Amino acid sequence: MSKTLFDKVWDSHVVRNIADGPDILYIDRHLIHEVTSPVAFVGLESRGLSVLYPERTFAVADHNTPTINQHLPVEDPLSANQLKTLEDNANKYGISHWGLGHANNGIVHVVGPENGITVPGATIVCGDSHTSTHGAFGAIAFGIGTSEVEMVLTTQCIMQPKPKKMRISVNGTLYKGVTPKDVGLYIISKLTTSGATGYFVEYAGDVFENMSMEGRMTVCNLSIEMGARGGMIAPDDKTFDYIKGRPKTPKGAGWDTAMEYWSTLKTDDDAVFDKEITFDANDIEPMITYGTNPGMGMGISNNIPTAESVEGGKATYDKSLAYMGYAENEQMIGKKIDYVFIGSCTNGRIEDFRAFASIVKGRKKADNVTAWLVPGSHIVEAKIKEEGLLDIFEEAGFVLREPGCSACLAMNDDKVPAGKYAVSTSNRNFEGRQGPGSRTLLASPLVAAAAAVTGVVTDPRELL
Amino acid sequence: MAYDKFTTLTSTAVPLPIENVDTDQIIPARFLKATTREGFGDNLFRDWRYNGDNTPKKDFVLNNPIYKGKILVGGKNFGSGSSREHAAWAVYDYGFRCVVSSFFADIFKNNCLNIGVLPVQISPEFSNEIFEAIYADANTELEVNLEKQTITLLSSGTSESFDINGYKKGNMLNGFDDIDYLQSMKSEIETFTESRPF
Repeated sequence: MSKTLFDKVWDSHVVRNIADGPDILYIDRHLIHEVTSPVAFVGLESRGLSVLYPERTFAVADHNTPTINQHLPVEDPLSANQLKTLEDNANKYGISHWGLGHANNGIVHVVGPENGITVPGATIVCGDSHTSTHGAFGAIAFGIGTSEVEMVLTTQCIMQPKPKKMRISVNGTLYKGVTPKDVGLYIISKLTTSGATGYFVEYAGDVFENMSMEGRMTVCNLSIEMGARGGMIAPDDKTFDYIKGRPKTPKGAGWDTAMEYWSTLKTDDDAVFDKEITFDANDIEPMITYGTNPGMGMGISNNIPTAESVEGGKATYDKSLAYMGYAENEQMIGKKIDYVFIGSCTNGRIEDFRAFASIVKGRKKADNVTAWLVPGSHIVEAKIKEEGLLDIFEEAGFVLREPGCSACLAMNDDKVPAGKYAVSTSNRNFEGRQGPGSRTLLASPLVAAAAAVTGVVTDPRELL
Repeated sequence: MAYDKFTTLTSTAVPLPIENVDTDQIIPARFLKATTREGFGDNLFRDWRYNGDNTPKKDFVLNNPIYKGKILVGGKNFGSGSSREHAAWAVYDYGFRCVVSSFFADIFKNNCLNIGVLPVQISPEFSNEIFEAIYADANTELEVNLEKQTITLLSSGTSESFDINGYKKGNMLNGFDDIDYLQSMKSEIETFTESRPF
């Protein structure tokens, strides 16, 4: 029987199927961080259980970590306690731990691929919804709750019904200045924040075939923002070139065996999806959000839509615009900006910083803008320095910080003050996401750079 | 962890007819720094419920004493965004045992089922009827019957059936959780592991 890529990977991981119930799904790789794992360890200890396969779990500190002075003790006692709890749990059960200061430390979804933890055909979970990032490699990767973290620790399995399948194809060639982030935000704006709920998405078509691995990670990362459990892209030569030789990928004969399997990982020609959606690359321009969920995005040159023209109730829409301090039909170009954040598991990789540098090079940071440049990992940070990007940033008046989730969710001190506007390359513009009362405009690294040097929302195509 | 059994629940309900309520609103990230799962109810809907100086926002439903009960009725696409199970813990810790909506985000729904909070998905029409009934009379009661998979608005008698898979239903009726089940098949899992290529 013909199968989709998703079917092939999912079905090969089903240990048992329960009639009128979920599948018992085997998990190859489990990533944990300091915020959603402590209670899972409390739970297993209260039952007298242990970790079944510690070598399949990888602990990384990222959500709570400061992005300056990482060599000093963490000041916030609650954050420090969570970080220590992660370390203690990892040590107790023999789990690899990349804590603050470790050379491999960074955002869990950045360091997983960098170090070869992420491989095609694997099932990968983490107590974090942006685990969907790893789908860029042809893995089934998705976020889980803490109860499920406990399940994976103790049994290497979770219990979930198999999602439905959706294929989203984008064909054609993207215009200059249109990045993978714009493709993701465009799709979400069309599907809405709940349009893919219940589905697992496969991205297909010219645009994704021609996209870099980092770009694919950005798109898959955003899958959750349209409600999808995850998103994936069939592995190809670009995928194999990316992962070959990384510390934790198979080597020698193991590589050859794996390649035999990985080369089968594509959707059969006559396989059927529950839903198929196709877009034209030429319809996508640089995107920006104007509201309080990632589905409230639009082409940067457009005006804010009216309540009548969008799906959903007017009361909710009005509440959202009121929070943002915007009105229907206003243009976004020229709106004043207070903060710019480049980083996160969505756009914290080297290509994102190269894009940011391409616009700020030879220009100066606007005086009214506070900018946070936060690399996704120490490896990204090192590349920024190696490639001379740091010099460009510093000449333009920017400071590079140390890696972590930072202002994406503002659990550390990187908080946007109430009422202030931030152009952010992260993934969520929910009320208060970047600090209580903060107002977030999601966009690509190019749009973020254009805002950083002009102090207002600016079409990056004018500066390229 | 194992939790309370859920059989039937008859209660007044708290209305929150806002769409796309995300888990950052249910429990903001800055309150996720605990290493145990108790006490999150204090910060449920923190920034909608309290001003910056910690005084209650009078117009938010949880601060209106006429609305109370063990059932939270939310707008469409309830629980979107972050996978933080803390959101479900906060709902539970505050005292809710059931969340009703015309549409749930996946991970939140799953998290609720895993900790003993019953997510009940109903039609948009019934959702509107429930909101109207509660606003007309805050003492309006809903009856949720898990065995029969029905939810009934007692004032009008309007009733709908809701979906839940048989396995999860059994778990909730009996207070079992997935770890109990998974532990029982450990040798099968160990055999499966040996067949994994990486």
